[in-house]
Amino acid sequence: MKKYSLDLITGNCGKIDPYSIDSYIETGGYDTVRNIFAQDCENIINEIKKSDLRGRGGAGFPTGTKIEFVYKSDITPKFLVCNADEGEPGNFKDRFLLENDPHQLIEGMIIASYAAGISKGFIYIRGEYNKAIGILEKAIEQARQKGFLGKNICGSGFDFDIEIYSGAGAYVCGEEFALIESIEGKAGRPRNKPPYPVSAGIFNKPTLINNVETLSTIPFIIREGAEKYTSVGTPTSKGTRLVSLSGNVNRRGVFEVPFGISIREIIFNLGKGIPHGRRIKMVQLGGASGPCIPPEMIDLRLDYKEFENNGLSMGAGAVIVIDDRHDILDILRNIMVFFRHESCGKCTPCREGNRHILNILDRFIAKTATEKDLSTLESILNVMTDTSFCGLGQAAPTAILTALKYFRYEFLLGIYKEYEIKNAV
Amino acid sequence: MNTIEITINNKKISVPEGITILEAAKSAGLEIPTLCYHIDQSVKANCRVCIVEVEGMKTLPSSCSTAVRPGMVIHTNSAKVLEARRVIIEMILANHDADCLKCHRNLSCELQKIANQAGVRTNRFENVLEIKEIDNSTPSIVRNPNKCIKCGRCVEMCRDVQGINIIEKIGRSSEIEIIPAYGRYLSDVACVSCGQCSTVCPVAAIYEKEDIDMVWDAINDPGKHVIVQTAPAVRVSIGEEFGMEPGSIVTGKLVAALRRLGFDRVFDTNFTADLTIIEEGNELLHRLETGGVLPMLTSCSPGWINFIEQYYPELLPHVSTCKSPQQMFGALAKSYYSEKTGIPVRNIFVVSIMPCTAKKYEAKRPEMRTDGIHPDVDAVLTTRELGRMLKQAGIDFNILEEEQYDDPFGITTGAAVIFGASGGVMEAALRTVYEVVTGKTLDKLDFHDVRGMEGIKEAEVDLAGTKVKVAVAHSLSNARKIMELIKSGKCEYTFIEVMCCPGGCIGGGGQPYHTTNELRRKRIEAIYEADRDIPIRKSHENPAVKALYDEYLEKPIGEKSHHLLHTYYISRKKRACS
Repeated sequence: MKKYSLDLITGNCGKIDPYSIDSYIETGGYDTVRNIFAQDCENIINEIKKSDLRGRGGAGFPTGTKIEFVYKSDITPKFLVCNADEGEPGNFKDRFLLENDPHQLIEGMIIASYAAGISKGFIYIRGEYNKAIGILEKAIEQARQKGFLGKNICGSGFDFDIEIYSGAGAYVCGEEFALIESIEGKAGRPRNKPPYPVSAGIFNKPTLINNVETLSTIPFIIREGAEKYTSVGTPTSKGTRLVSLSGNVNRRGVFEVPFGISIREIIFNLGKGIPHGRRIKMVQLGGASGPCIPPEMIDLRLDYKEFENNGLSMGAGAVIVIDDRHDILDILRNIMVFFRHESCGKCTPCREGNRHILNILDRFIAKTATEKDLSTLESILNVMTDTSFCGLGQAAPTAILTALKYFRYEFLLGIYKEYEIKNAV
Repeated sequence: MNTIEITINNKKISVPEGITILEAAKSAGLEIPTLCYHIDQSVKANCRVCIVEVEGMKTLPSSCSTAVRPGMVIHTNSAKVLEARRVIIEMILANHDADCLKCHRNLSCELQKIANQAGVRTNRFENVLEIKEIDNSTPSIVRNPNKCIKCGRCVEMCRDVQGINIIEKIGRSSEIEIIPAYGRYLSDVACVSCGQCSTVCPVAAIYEKEDIDMVWDAINDPGKHVIVQTAPAVRVSIGEEFGMEPGSIVTGKLVAALRRLGFDRVFDTNFTADLTIIEEGNELLHRLETGGVLPMLTSCSPGWINFIEQYYPELLPHVSTCKSPQQMFGALAKSYYSEKTGIPVRNIFVVSIMPCTAKKYEAKRPEMRTDGIHPDVDAVLTTRELGRMLKQAGIDFNILEEEQYDDPFGITTGAAVIFGASGGVMEAALRTVYEVVTGKTLDKLDFHDVRGMEGIKEAEVDLAGTKVKVAVAHSLSNARKIMELIKSGKCEYTFIEVMCCPGGCIGGGGQPYHTTNELRRKRIEAIYEADRDIPIRKSHENPAVKALYDEYLEKPIGEKSHHLLHTYYISRKKRACS
C-alpha cells in the first residue's frame, strides 16, 4: 500500500513526553551529538549537502551550502538562529515540532553549530507560542544539566548554548533580516541584501538562520545517513516535509509526507476529503502569501521542480482548502487585511500598495468596480511583486495574482452583470 | 582598482568593481531618478524609485543598493521599469499633500522633480492621505506630516550626525510616521532647532518657519527704520539659490540685493564677529588669569547653546558668556545705533540673514531684549528664505552690480569672515589672543590645524611660553564627545570651539537645499578665500571696533559691554518621559 505519511522526523511526536529529556534519550536521542565530535566539520556538511535538504521556511535554499558559507567565514563570533517565528497564516507545523519534540530541534542546532563553528544560538520564537516557549525553556535547561548545552559539550571541548528570544508579534520578523534587527533590539524592519546573514547577520557577524523543521531534520540525516533520507521523495525533491492541512477538510492537522505526494492525496487520503460532500472551490498553498489554485490543478505533486514549472512556490508547506460555500473575493480580502496590517512600512510599494489593493478589492466585493480598477489592481500587484524591498511585499500579492489568473470570472462579476461578461471578454 | 564590463541601455561600458548600478549609470551619463538616496547617508533603498531591470533577475532591484557584477545587462528605461517607477511615484503622491503651488518646496522639491521626470500627468490611485496636525510649536522649524514620504533622511541626520535622535519612524504599514517620541510637539522634546533635518528632507515635511512676510511688512512700514545684518556664511552660499557655482563669493551682490529689497541700512554681522573676538578673547584671558572655569567653550552657535542647555546643563559655566554675533549686533542696534542716529528703539526693526534656523529661536529668547521690551533682533531669515524673498521681488541676483556695506557696522576683517566655517572662531581668536598676550605680531596668520571637515580638530599654541591646547568640534555628535571628555576630567584643552552644524555655519540648517559634504567643502574654500582678500585680517585691528570702544563701550568685558554683549544660560533639561 502506498504510504501517504512517514515519520522520519515526527516519529517521537505524541509518543514521548516533551517535558522530559530522558523520554527523548530513551529513543536514542542525543546519541548523534555524543558521536558527532569525532567527525570533521566538512564530513557533516557534506552529509547534509548529500541529503539535498532545502530550507523548509519557504525559500528552499540548500541547507548544507548555507552551513558551509558560515563554516568558511573567518569572522567570529558566529551565530545560529532557529527561526521559530511561524507567523504565516495556515502554518502550524513548527509549533507541532516545538511542542512535541523540542530536543530533536536542540540536537539539530548543536550539530549545525558544531559543523559551522558556532557557539551561540538563538531560538526566535513567535510571541503567541506560549506553550512552546515553556517547553523549550524546560528542554534547554534539561539539556544544560545533561551537558548537551553549555561549556565543553560531552567532553568535546565544544561550547554551545541557546537563548530563547521572542518578538512582539510582527509577521515581518519572520523575514531573516527583520528578525536579526529584532534580536539586536531594533524595530523589525528588513535590511539591504547583500550582504546576506551568512556573512553579516546579527551585529554584522556571520549568522546561520534556519527554520525549525530544517534544523529538526538534521539529526535524522546525521544519524541514519543522507542515503536513507534521499531514498524517500522524488529525483528533484528529496526526503519528507511537513504539511499543515487546514480549512474545509475532515481531518486537519500536521502530516509528514514524502515529496512527490499530490495535493489531491493530501486532501483526500490524509485529510479524508471535504465535509458534507461539498466541492473544492480553491486551494491555497504555502500560506497567506501563497498561490490560490483551482480544483483542476490539485493533481500537482509536492515537488520543488514541479511547482517551479507551474510558476508556484511551495512556501512553508501549508495546504488551505476552501469549499464551494465561500466567495473567493471574501477570502482574498481577509488575506489583504492581514498584509495591510503586517507590512512594516519601510518601502513604498508594500506600505502604500496593500491598502490600495484592499480598497480596490472592496469595490469588487461591492460590485462597483470598474475596468480601470482591474487594470490598476494588476499594476499594483505586479509592481509590488517586482519592486518591494523584502519577501513580505514581494509575496503579499501572490494570492490575488493567482486568483486573477484562475478565478478571473469572480473578479469580472465585480464589474459586470453576469449577462454582460460574455460580451465583455 | 579592478574594472568590470557591464551593459547599460545597450551600451557596453567598463566600470570599477564594487560600485552600484546607480553610480555606474551616472558615469555613463544616465541619471536614474532617486528619492530616499542621499550621497552623504547610508543607502536606505526604501522609496524604490531608482529600480532598474537586470537581465536574469526575477525582480527589479533598486540601483542605489545593488552592486554591479561582471557581464550585467541593465535597462534603466524598459517598459517594465517605466511603468513600475510611475506606479511607485503615483502611490507616493496619493499619500502626499500635493498642494505644490502653495508649497515651500515648490520648484525645489525632489518629489516634484522626479514626478515630472517620470511624466506623471494623472494619478490612477485614490487619495488616501489622512490630514494630520502641522507642528508649528517652535519658532525655528515646522513639521508637516502630511508631506512626509517616510524616506528616513531626517532620522539619520538627527541620529547619526547630530546624535540627538529626537525623531524616529514609529508604527508600521501605512500608519508609519516619522515623529518625535510619543508624538509630542517639537517644542516639548529636546530638539535643538538646528534644522539639519530640513536640509536633507526631499519634500516640505520639515522646513524653516517662514518669516518673509513679517520682513516685507516692516520694510513697507514708513514708520520703521529697517536695518539688516548678514552672517559670514551667507555670502558664500546665497549665490547657489540663483544657479551660481557652489562657493561663489557674492558679498557685494548680496549688499546690493538687500538695498533693492528696501532695507534702510545694510550691515555686516562680521562687525560683531570681530567684537565677539575682542570680548571672548578677553574673557578667556581673564579666566586664565583669575583661575576661572576652563576649558572655555564658544557661544556663537545657537543650536549648540540649545544643546548644552538641554543635555549638559552642568557644564554651562564652561560656556563663554558672550552673546552670539547676531545678538551683539541686535543689542548695539537697539542701544548705540539708536542713540547715535536718534531713531527711537521702537522704530528700529532689525533683520538678520542667517544660515541657521536656531537663530530664529535665539532671537526670541526673553533675555535678548536690551530694553526689556523690544527684541534686539526682530526677524531672522535663513539663506533659503532670502533667496525666495529676492525671487518674490524679481531681483536678478546675477546681474546686480556690487555694492558696499553701510557704516558704521560695515567695516570688517578676514577674522570675522571665517566665523562661517568650523574652526574659524578659534582661528580668529588665536590671531588676536596671541598678539594681545605676546605683544608680538603673528607671522603666519593661517592655522591650518583647525580648518576642514574633520569632526574634532586640535592645535597647540605657544602664548609667551605657556603652551595652550585648543580644540574645534562641529556637529553635535562630536560636541557630545567633547562634553563627555570634559565630564571625565581628562580634558586638556583650554579653549574649545563648538559649532552645531557639520562644517560650521556654511553647513547650517538654513542653507540652500541639496547641501552635501562636497558643497560644504567648496563653501569652506570660499570662506578662506574671502579671508585672504580682506586687507585687515585680525579682529583687534578693526578700526570701527576700536572706535566703538573709545566712543561707547569703553573697554572689553567692562560694565557696558557686560550689559550689552554678554548673556546667561539656564538648564533646559527635558524630562525623558512625562
